[in-house]
Amino acid sequence: MTQTPERNASPKKAGRGNFELDEHLKAYQGIWVFIEHEQGEVHPVSWELLGEGRKLADKLGVSLSGVVMGAAGLPTRRFCEESFFYGADNCYLVEDPVLANYRNEPFTRGMTDLVNRYKPEILLLGATTQGRDLAGSVATTLETGLTADCTELNIDPDNRGLAATRPTFGGSLLCTIITKNYRPQMATVRPRVMSMPERDTSRSGSIVEHSLGMIETEIVTKVLSFIPDDTQDKPQLPFADIIVSGGRGMKKPENFQLIWSLAKVLGAEVGATRPVVQAGWAELDRQVGQSGKTVRPKLYIAAGISGAIQHRVGMEGADVIIAINNDPNAPIFDFAHYGIVGNAMTILPVLTEIFKQQLAVARKAG
Amino acid sequence: MHIVVCIKQVPDSAQIRVHPVTNTIMRQGVPAIVNPYDLFSLEAALRLKDVHGGRITVISMGPPQAEIALKKCIAYGADEAILVTDRAFAGADTLATSFALAQAIRQIEKDMKVDMVFAGKQTIDGDTAQVGPGIAKRLNLQLLTYVAQIDAIDLEKNTIQVRRRAENGVQVLQTRLPCLITMLEGSNDMRYATMENMFRAARYATKIWNKDAAGIEDVNKIGLKGSPTLVSKVFAPKPLARRADIIDTESNDPRDIALTLVNKLFTQHPKLHDSLRSH
Ligand SMILES: Cc1cc2nc3c(=O)[nH]c(=O)nc-3n(C[C@H](O)[C@H](O)[C@H](O)COP(=O)(O)OP(=O)(O)OC[C@H]3O[C@@H](n4cnc5c(N)ncnc54)[C@H](O)[C@@H]3O)c2cc1C
Ligand SMILES: Nc1ncnc2c1ncn2[C@@H]1O[C@H](COP(=O)(O)O)[C@@H](O)[C@H]1O
Repeated sequence: MTQTPERNASPKKAGRGNFELDEHLKAYQGIWVFIEHEQGEVHPVSWELLGEGRKLADKLGVSLSGVVMGAAGLPTRRFCEESFFYGADNCYLVEDPVLANYRNEPFTRGMTDLVNRYKPEILLLGATTQGRDLAGSVATTLETGLTADCTELNIDPDNRGLAATRPTFGGSLLCTIITKNYRPQMATVRPRVMSMPERDTSRSGSIVEHSLGMIETEIVTKVLSFIPDDTQDKPQLPFADIIVSGGRGMKKPENFQLIWSLAKVLGAEVGATRPVVQAGWAELDRQVGQSGKTVRPKLYIAAGISGAIQHRVGMEGADVIIAINNDPNAPIFDFAHYGIVGNAMTILPVLTEIFKQQLAVARKAG
Repeated sequence: MHIVVCIKQVPDSAQIRVHPVTNTIMRQGVPAIVNPYDLFSLEAALRLKDVHGGRITVISMGPPQAEIALKKCIAYGADEAILVTDRAFAGADTLATSFALAQAIRQIEKDMKVDMVFAGKQTIDGDTAQVGPGIAKRLNLQLLTYVAQIDAIDLEKNTIQVRRRAENGVQVLQTRLPCLITMLEGSNDMRYATMENMFRAARYATKIWNKDAAGIEDVNKIGLKGSPTLVSKVFAPKPLARRADIIDTESNDPRDIALTLVNKLFTQHPKLHDSLRSH
């Protein structure tokens, strides 16, 4: 029953009811972005959200703010400054020793206190393990609407409300969700769905400090330790510049070696479709698509991939897409930029060779 | 130990098709299954029961046919099943859903104290991952999401230690019961239903609760009325106007094709050429 739009699963607009805002809700103004960090680093999704938030704020003629929570000893002020570079006009900063590591309870308290005090109309968070954990608790505490994993955010010109679009029914359809007479309107967005804004170091803004007023003994959950991932072995698809992906059309796990060889020549990451991951030819971290990673490379090469919508939503943001498929009617040719109709097992080795030669020539030429 | 596991019956989305002309969902013949993510949570609960004993109650809010999903959980080894079903729940978003489920769990607690609640990481139809955190907040339970492993549980001291997936690592967390856990996919494998449990499931009479039985008085907090969000439209993704430039050569020789492609790519995208060259 959760946001299942079958009641009106047709392209026509549903009855939208009366959205005249209650008087007290009109005081809610401005757009906020939760600046998420872990181990001293801001998650890039926060900057992507500031880029998107800037557009919404300009449409509404309101200000854009970052929200940074953390403890002394973390570069929280630098995070605020960075948020100005990426588009924020000001930044709310809550600093307290209990905020040294992300924990649901103190972060929920910090965020809800800030919202109740300063009243933003829209609050955006990354759809990450941290952002989702926090968003669900904050929305429930504030008893307001939250739309998860949005792929598009707009302002409805009729009522200045947030129109949040997200995939539904396993990605085969999209639906637009609005928040009725409740504020703030909350939404989460997955990393790489929005593009990274330019970093403009000439921008500045003001920091508004707020205190939390919690003590460690009140907080039940303790962080005993943090075990960082071994990033050397972990594929980093979301931020890769070039990705070579293989699908079920590669037929056998041994043939996947052809994908790896081309990737090596291009300095690329290797990606895969879901069936390939399920068959165990590639790790889960390499899955591109709706239930995998969203990527935005400069170049995406897809071999033996049909281009199902669940795969497409994860990679259509690539600047250039090249598809190799033996079926001229494969859906991937409807959105790829360049296509080769042919057997991937013959094309890939030749393509690898040609790239290698051409790049060697170009490097020599300087 | 008493564990409540929240499960949802969902259409098997791998089999959903969209009608090419009307853009409506073709649900006929699409099988309903237990939300796959919920099974990782149910299995984690079953394993705790294997070691510590106690009772597992599964609960679902949904239409009458969701009883089938609950019975499946009995077959896996759950002890009791409660279906919360009422016309008044129709149109619920996550806020209204977590309210109804939290109220029902309060009713369950009147019978036997609840030590832990499990929910799935997310559903494959709603796909929001919000209902679990919502229930935890409403019942004032410690929230542990994306749990990869339960390290230890001490029922004397009422403490639990888990490994929680974070963005670039794993948090080792310790907290007190009662708590709400959502398990990460792949954290375990669901066991097979035993013959004995399958027979039990077949005979089992699921408890059916309407809103009153679930202890819900305020109808403004459930269903469409209790839902701040509203689906304003549903539509098919826009087909892109572009069609791939299919590289073709007279010779039809793979070498010629590859060479043509690479040359085109490098001339039409000089920036890409630069970044490839400097790699
Ligand atoms: C809820 C849900 C979530 C999903 N999430 C994802 C996701 O995150 N990512 C994802 O990828 N999928 C996802 N899927 C699955 C998705 O719907 C498709 O099934 C999947 O993307 C298809 O993968 P594929 O292109 O590798 O395989 P196929 O669709 O089987 O395509 C194989 C292609 O290879 C071509 N081919 C065959 N032989 C050759 C050859 N010798 N040379 C060249 N080409 C050849 C064929 O013409 C065909 O087009 C999801 C599905 C659901 C329901
Ligand atoms: N109607 C429901 N009945 C029981 N549990 C539910 C229901 N909806 C959601 N849940 C639980 O909440 C989890 C997250 O759901 P969602 O927020 O829809 O992604 C699911 O995996 C279930 O454990």
